[in-house]
Amino acid sequence: MSGKRILLSMLGGVGTVYAADFTFQPPVTPVARQIYDLHSLLLLITVTIFIVVFGVMFYAILRHRKSLGHRARPFHENTTVEIIWTVIPFLILVGMAWPATKAVLAQKSTRAEDMTIKITGYQWKWRYDYLDDGVGFVSHLATPTEALHSASAKGTHYLLEVDEPLVVPTGKKVRLLLTANDVIHSWWVPSLGVKQDAIPGFVRDAWFLVDKPGVYRGQCAELCGKDHGFMPIVVDARTPEDYAVWLAARKKLAAASADDPNKVWALADLKARGEKVFQQNCVACHQANGKGIPGAFPALDGSPIATKDKPAHIDIVLNGSKRNPAMAAWGKQLSDTDIAAVITYERNAWGNHTGDVVQPKDIKAARGGKA
Amino acid sequence: MAISTTAGHAPHAHGKPTGLWRWLAATNHKDIGSMYLWFSFTMFLSGGVMALCIRAELFQPGLQFFQPELFNQLTTLHGLVMVFGAIMPAFTGLANWLLPLMIGAPDMAFARMNNWSFWLLPPAAALLLISFFVPGGAAAAGWTLYAPLATQMGMGMDLTIFAIHILGVSSIMGSINIIVTILNLRAPGMTMMKMPMFAWASLITAYLIIAVMPVLAGVVTMVLTDRHFGTHFFNAAGGGDPVMYQHIFWFFGHPEVYIMALPAFGIVSHIIPTFSRKPLFGYTSMVYATSSIAVLSFMVWAHHMFTTGMPATAQLFFMYATMLIAVPTGVKVFNWIGTMWQGSMSFETPMLFAVGFVCLFTIGGLSGVTLSVAAVDIQLQDTYYVVAHFHYVLVAGALFSLFAAIYYWFPKMTGKMYSEPLGKFHFWWSMIWFNVTFFPMHFLGLAGMPRRIPDYALQFTDFNRIASIGAFCFGLGQLIFLYNMLRSIRHGQAAPHKPWEGAETLEWQIPTPAPYHSFVEAPHVEAGDNGVIHSMTGGAHH
Repeated sequence: MSGKRILLSMLGGVGTVYAADFTFQPPVTPVARQIYDLHSLLLLITVTIFIVVFGVMFYAILRHRKSLGHRARPFHENTTVEIIWTVIPFLILVGMAWPATKAVLAQKSTRAEDMTIKITGYQWKWRYDYLDDGVGFVSHLATPTEALHSASAKGTHYLLEVDEPLVVPTGKKVRLLLTANDVIHSWWVPSLGVKQDAIPGFVRDAWFLVDKPGVYRGQCAELCGKDHGFMPIVVDARTPEDYAVWLAARKKLAAASADDPNKVWALADLKARGEKVFQQNCVACHQANGKGIPGAFPALDGSPIATKDKPAHIDIVLNGSKRNPAMAAWGKQLSDTDIAAVITYERNAWGNHTGDVVQPKDIKAARGGKA
Repeated sequence: MAISTTAGHAPHAHGKPTGLWRWLAATNHKDIGSMYLWFSFTMFLSGGVMALCIRAELFQPGLQFFQPELFNQLTTLHGLVMVFGAIMPAFTGLANWLLPLMIGAPDMAFARMNNWSFWLLPPAAALLLISFFVPGGAAAAGWTLYAPLATQMGMGMDLTIFAIHILGVSSIMGSINIIVTILNLRAPGMTMMKMPMFAWASLITAYLIIAVMPVLAGVVTMVLTDRHFGTHFFNAAGGGDPVMYQHIFWFFGHPEVYIMALPAFGIVSHIIPTFSRKPLFGYTSMVYATSSIAVLSFMVWAHHMFTTGMPATAQLFFMYATMLIAVPTGVKVFNWIGTMWQGSMSFETPMLFAVGFVCLFTIGGLSGVTLSVAAVDIQLQDTYYVVAHFHYVLVAGALFSLFAAIYYWFPKMTGKMYSEPLGKFHFWWSMIWFNVTFFPMHFLGLAGMPRRIPDYALQFTDFNRIASIGAFCFGLGQLIFLYNMLRSIRHGQAAPHKPWEGAETLEWQIPTPAPYHSFVEAPHVEAGDNGVIHSMTGGAHH
C-alpha cells in the first residue's frame, strides 16, 4: 500500500482502506493514451502558468503592503505590458491547439474498422449486438440490491460488475454504433478513452482498438433517470484466438436457448421465468413487492390492468403507456416468450391470484404479425 | 441641496414608508435591493441544505439516506435554486442597491417594475420548493432538464418549468431596469468610459440576460408542449431531435455562466483598487475584455456537448472558440495583479475574499482550459472534474465575490461596521473548507467517477469522504456570516462616511448610512477611470 493511500484513509476517517486514484485509469488504446499525454501536457502548462502568475501576485502581497510602509505608485496602464500579456496567452493556446486538433481528428476517425458492434442504451442496461456475427445480448448490473443497502459485503467491483460483459478481440479496430431506446445515455469506458452519448432515434459512432487483454470497467455518464448510477459497462478484451473461442461458444448458447414460439407453457414454469424477466427489467420502477413508487411509478399489485383487463395488460407491456412516457414499449426489447412470462408472473404474483396464463402465441397475435 | 427640501414638489420627496407596506409596495431601490439580498441568502441556505443532503448520501458507498429518485431531485433542485434563486438575484440586488449610488441616479429608472421584478421571485421559489411534495416529487433531470428525460417526469417538472418562466420574467425586467438606469440616469460628468466596473459589468450582464432568458423560456416551453400537448420537438419517434434541446439550452446556458461571472469581475475591480490604494490597472482594457467575453459567450455553447457526437469540424470550431475566451479572462486577471503590484495593500475581509476569488477563479479558469480541449473533454465530460470546475467558478467565483461585496458595502448600506475578526474567520474558514470539498473532486473525475450518481464504486470512497467532511464544515461556516451580519446590523460600531481609505467611487461621497433618497438632484461630477470621483457638486439627498 502506497503512502498516499494511507494518508488518504487517515484523512477520510476510519474504515476500509480503498485505493484512491489521482488521475486517469491506465489507458489501453491509442486514443486513451493520446488523451492521457495531452492531459499531462495541459496540466504541466496550466500549473506552470498558475505558479508564475500567482508567484508575482504573492510577491506583491508580501512586499507591497501598507503595514510594511510601502507607498502606492499610482500607475494604471502600460500599453506594452498589456499587449504582451494578451499575445503570450494567445500563443500558448495555439501551442495547445495543435496536439489537441490531432487528437480530435484521431478520435473521430471511425473508418477502416475490423468489426462493428451496435450498442443500445436502455433504462437501465446496455444491449450489445455483434452486427457481423449475429450475436446479441443485454448486459445488466450484477451487484445484488442487498449490497446497496448494507454497509458491508460490497465486492471489489461493487456497481461496476455485469452479468454478461462485452467481449472484444485485442488488436482489432472495433467500431461502435450507438443509439438508445428511451432517453439519452452515454457509453463510457475510461481506459478505452471512449465516451459517446447514445441518443434515441439517432446513430452515433465511436471506435477503440484495445492492445492489452484485460477487463475494463466504466458506466453510463449521462443522467438517464432513477437508476443512472446502476448501469455499468464491462469490456472483456481477449486475444483474437480466445475471442474466436468465446464467439463460437456464445453462438452455440444462443441457438440452444432459443425458445420455440409455439410451445404451450404451464403456469408454474412461465411464472418462474417471468420472475427473472421482472427482476431484470421491471423491478427498478415497479419494485420487487409490486407496489411501485407512489406518485412516480404505479403499483402492479392489485392494479386493474394486472388483475382484470388482460388485453390492456398485454398492450401496455408491448407498446408502452400513452399517458406515462416512463413506461417503455417492451415489445421492441423482449421476445414473445419473455413478455408472456412476465405478464403471467405479474398476474399471479403478490396479491394478484388471477390464475391467468398468457402464452407466447397470445403475444404473437397481439403484435398483429408486426413482431 | 436646498431644492429638494421643498416637500411635495420633487417626485421623491415623500417620507420613508413603514411597516409591511414598505416592503410589499417598495419602490425604493435600497429597500428592493435589500429584499433581493435577503431572498438570495435564504435561497442560498435552502440550496445549501440540499447540497449537504447530497454530500451526506455520498459520504460512503451504498444507499444510506436517500433513494436514487430523491437523490436526483436534490441534485436538480440544488442547481436550479443556487443558479436562479441565489446567485442571479444576489447580483441583481447589489445592482439595485449600488448602481444609482455609483452613477448618481435618484433611483432605478422604473421603480414600480422594480417592485414587480422582485415580488415575482418568492412565488417562483415557492413553486420550486413545494415541487418536492407533489406526486412524483420534484424535477429529477438535472438542472439542465435534458429532454427526453424531462418528458418522463411527474408534475414536479411542470412546476419547475413554470418557475423558470417566472424567474425569467423577473430577471428580464430587472435587466431592463439596469440598462435604462445606466444609459439614461448617469449624473453629468459620469460618461460611459468613466463608469465604475461594476456598472459596466451589470450593463453587459443585463444585455446577456435579455438575450438568453427568452431562449431558456422557449426551450422549457417546448418541453412542456412535448409533455402535454403532443408535440415532438425532442422526440425522435415523432421526427424531433433530442440533441436540439441541448443546443438551445446551452445557447442560453453558456452566456448564463458569464451572467454569474461578469458582475463578480465588476465587484473585484472595485475592491482590489480600494485596498491596494491604487487606481484599477488597465480600465479601458477591462471594459473591452468584459465586452469580448460577453460576445464570445454566444459562440461556445456546444463545448458542453462534445460527447453528443458532433462532426470533427464542429468539435474543432467550438474548441478553438472556447480556448479563445482564456485570452480576455487572462487579461482581467493580469489587470487585477497589475493593480496590486506596487500598491499599498491592506487585507480587510473584502480584500481577502477578492484575492481568494482571483486565485480560485483562476484555478476554475485553468481547469476550464483543460476542458475546452475537446479530446480531453471526452474523458472529463459529465464527471466530477466538471463538478469541481464549475464550483470553483461559481462558489469561489460568484459566491466569494458576493461575500466580498457585502462586507465591502455593508458600512454604506447599514451605517454600521461588521465584525472584522469574524469576517476574517469567515474568509479563512470558507477558503480552507471550500478547497477540501472541491479540490478532491478533480481527482474523482479524472479517476472516472460520473456526476449525478447516488452511489459509487469503492475506489472513489476516500475522496468522497473528504469532500463530504469539507462540505459540512463549509456549510456550517456560512452561519458565521449570518451571525456577523445580524449582530452588526443591530450592535455594530457606527461606520464613518468612508470606512475604506482607498475607496474613491461616487457611493463613498454620500453620508453613511446611505440616505433613503439619495441624489434627488443629480450631482455634477468630475470622474476618472473606473468611476473615481475627483470632485462633486450638488447631489441632494434626504
